[in-house]
Amino acid sequence: MSAAAWAQVAIVVVALAVAAPLLGRYLARVYGGGAAPGDRIFGPVERLIYRVCGIDPEGEQHWKVYAYSLLAFSFVSLLILYAQVRLQGHLPLNPDHFKGMPPVLAFNTAVSFLTNTNWQNYAGESTAAQLTQMAGFAFHNFVSAAAGAAVGVALVRGLIRRRTGNLGNFWVDLTRTCTRVLLPIAIVGALFFVSQGVVQNFHAARTVTTVEGATQTLPGGPVASQEVIKEAGQNGGGPYNANSSHPFENPNPLSNGVQIFLILLIPFSFPFAYGRMVGDRKQGYVVVATMFVLWLGTSLAIMAFETAPSPVLAQAGASQAATATQSGGNMEGKEVRFGAASCGLFAGSTTGTSTGAVNCAHDSLTPLAGGTVLLNIMFGEVDPGGTGSGLYGMLVFALLAVFIAGLMVGRTPEYLGKKIQAAEMKLVVVYILAVPLAILTFSAASVLLKAALGSIFNPGPHGLSEVVYAFTSQANNNGSAFAGLNGNTTWYNITGGIAMLIGRFFLMIPVLAIAGSLARKQPVPPSAGTFPTGSKLFFGLLLGVVILVVGLTYFPVLALGPIVEHLVGHFHV
Amino acid sequence: MRRQLLPALRMTIALIVLLGLAYPLAMTGVAQTLFRTKADGSLISRNGAVVGSSLIGQAFAAPQYFHPRPSAAGTNGYDATASGASNLGPTNPTLEQTVADRAKAYRTENGLPAGTPVPVDAVTASASGLDPAISVANADLQAPRVARARTMTVEQVLTLVKAHTASRPLGILGEPSVNVLELNLALDEAH
Repeated sequence: MSAAAWAQVAIVVVALAVAAPLLGRYLARVYGGGAAPGDRIFGPVERLIYRVCGIDPEGEQHWKVYAYSLLAFSFVSLLILYAQVRLQGHLPLNPDHFKGMPPVLAFNTAVSFLTNTNWQNYAGESTAAQLTQMAGFAFHNFVSAAAGAAVGVALVRGLIRRRTGNLGNFWVDLTRTCTRVLLPIAIVGALFFVSQGVVQNFHAARTVTTVEGATQTLPGGPVASQEVIKEAGQNGGGPYNANSSHPFENPNPLSNGVQIFLILLIPFSFPFAYGRMVGDRKQGYVVVATMFVLWLGTSLAIMAFETAPSPVLAQAGASQAATATQSGGNMEGKEVRFGAASCGLFAGSTTGTSTGAVNCAHDSLTPLAGGTVLLNIMFGEVDPGGTGSGLYGMLVFALLAVFIAGLMVGRTPEYLGKKIQAAEMKLVVVYILAVPLAILTFSAASVLLKAALGSIFNPGPHGLSEVVYAFTSQANNNGSAFAGLNGNTTWYNITGGIAMLIGRFFLMIPVLAIAGSLARKQPVPPSAGTFPTGSKLFFGLLLGVVILVVGLTYFPVLALGPIVEHLVGHFHV
Repeated sequence: MRRQLLPALRMTIALIVLLGLAYPLAMTGVAQTLFRTKADGSLISRNGAVVGSSLIGQAFAAPQYFHPRPSAAGTNGYDATASGASNLGPTNPTLEQTVADRAKAYRTENGLPAGTPVPVDAVTASASGLDPAISVANADLQAPRVARARTMTVEQVLTLVKAHTASRPLGILGEPSVNVLELNLALDEAH
């Protein structure tokens, strides 16, 4: 890897090291209940929203009511999005006259944006009207991230509070995340992106005659306003098919660097907020350190695999050496202005978070890099994960870690003074098993069904990786793809939609139930036998638990896909 | 849950108005005021006619022009209504064959001896299919051909290549790149 590649990682790390603790401090006050910065600006807007919606912002909700509110909001906004994509041909702001999507594609797409997945079985520039993009997809980019934040914050309140069933108010947490966190970042970021060349207009696609006399049709659209929240809310659904490799979405290396920063910013800030909210910042540092090590390790690995020469391309006569005049490496499915190193950093960041935006084609990554992005999603979006969801994902692993530590010494485990008992552990197990069950069942069915096999594009073990990647990405609400697979079939649209719903609600509801159960408990004072969860030792244990649980679950399928492919490619076995 | 449906409906509508309508409309207004050319797609005109966007690559086949990278967008490449990559897997035999064929064609076109390694960007398809740029190494190898076709000196062509090479922002981000459309327009202007 070149010096510039290392420097690129360093600048992202430094920017995050400055920004994430500051944003974390701000988040702690946004969700803390007292006065918060900017009350004078945001207060009137929020009060108007509460009044229009008939919500009492002081009203505390029991965990079940909190969960019902989340489900009701998800259900209603899903129906509205489904109607939007079906009826877009009859709605305004559709200058390119796109028709409504057919029912199964509309189902997959609506679920995809509801669940913060942004898996796309359609190509934006030839399918989605501008109104659908902004009032459908970009709107869900905001609220699906905000709903994740609400659940994360509810879990933190469950840990802090005692002898109550109440976790706060879902509507207030949802609104404040939108107005005070996401919208300000979006406004600044959108204008920055336009200044770099990201388009922001309401023009129809424009056909021009090129220099050599051919025709080329250039798309328009309100792209910058969607681009920023696509990254900052870890959504990942591109206005155009090529996503963040499209020059109108990501025109130059600077916009690319900012996109990587935005993808990581909020997820890395939440653990800092967590430490402050529980009154012990070390608890937050342990979480953030675990996330950071996993993200950095996987990102550097992908960068190293992609900047090294690909044996197949070398065989075919391509020069892949990094020199002063070319970046080299595996350039299939990559852009010259980004090069292989930036692709690796972006790929590690987009799969470690629940983003799924791509600035290079993941299907053409070398086998080990492809395996690493897949593994990164399999971690369950915890390094550092999505808005709020990364935090609750890692805290569930933390509960599992204290449980395992408790088993070793034969003592009832505690986390932040709350006893972790059978009720919580059952919910943790549901959380841990729901996603692998969906991925492995649907993948197995897909390689048995003739109709599903027809969607595979690449032969051999890579074909299996395409199928596994599709369900891993959807069930973990990531949304990136090994895009050779044709997902726009009845089978993949419906099973993918179900996988996304399982990956969203079979995790969120158990988390809220855990939060409700913990909130009722009276904390026990720490004793000599209490495992210190703000320590380096616990960091090691947590990291080990994440890697072991995920590794044991998925190693067989990774061995059959990327690992076999790597051996075939390297040794021609 | 039924008691939550009405607030859910109201909240959906209120937030669509704020985040799905007011926000993008306001951003478009500001963007069109401050950065009109960029917000409209960085279009380039020649003799009063728009010939493309400086951000979006287009096909060039004539010898007096620099050629862009192979493109998987649409059937003939560089179709901006169908952006995308080849999605060929790293060990797919089709990939090896395609790249080998491209390398052969590139050597013939630019008068390079058989077996010369070809810059990797010249024989691989980009992620978007609309890559506006090629590497400096790729441009350097094409320069003699372009110079011959235009009766320019190689030095003159390389000077223009240098003028249309974007360096790394902040010295470290991304990679240097040569904008093919801008370079070709500058060549036409110069000669």
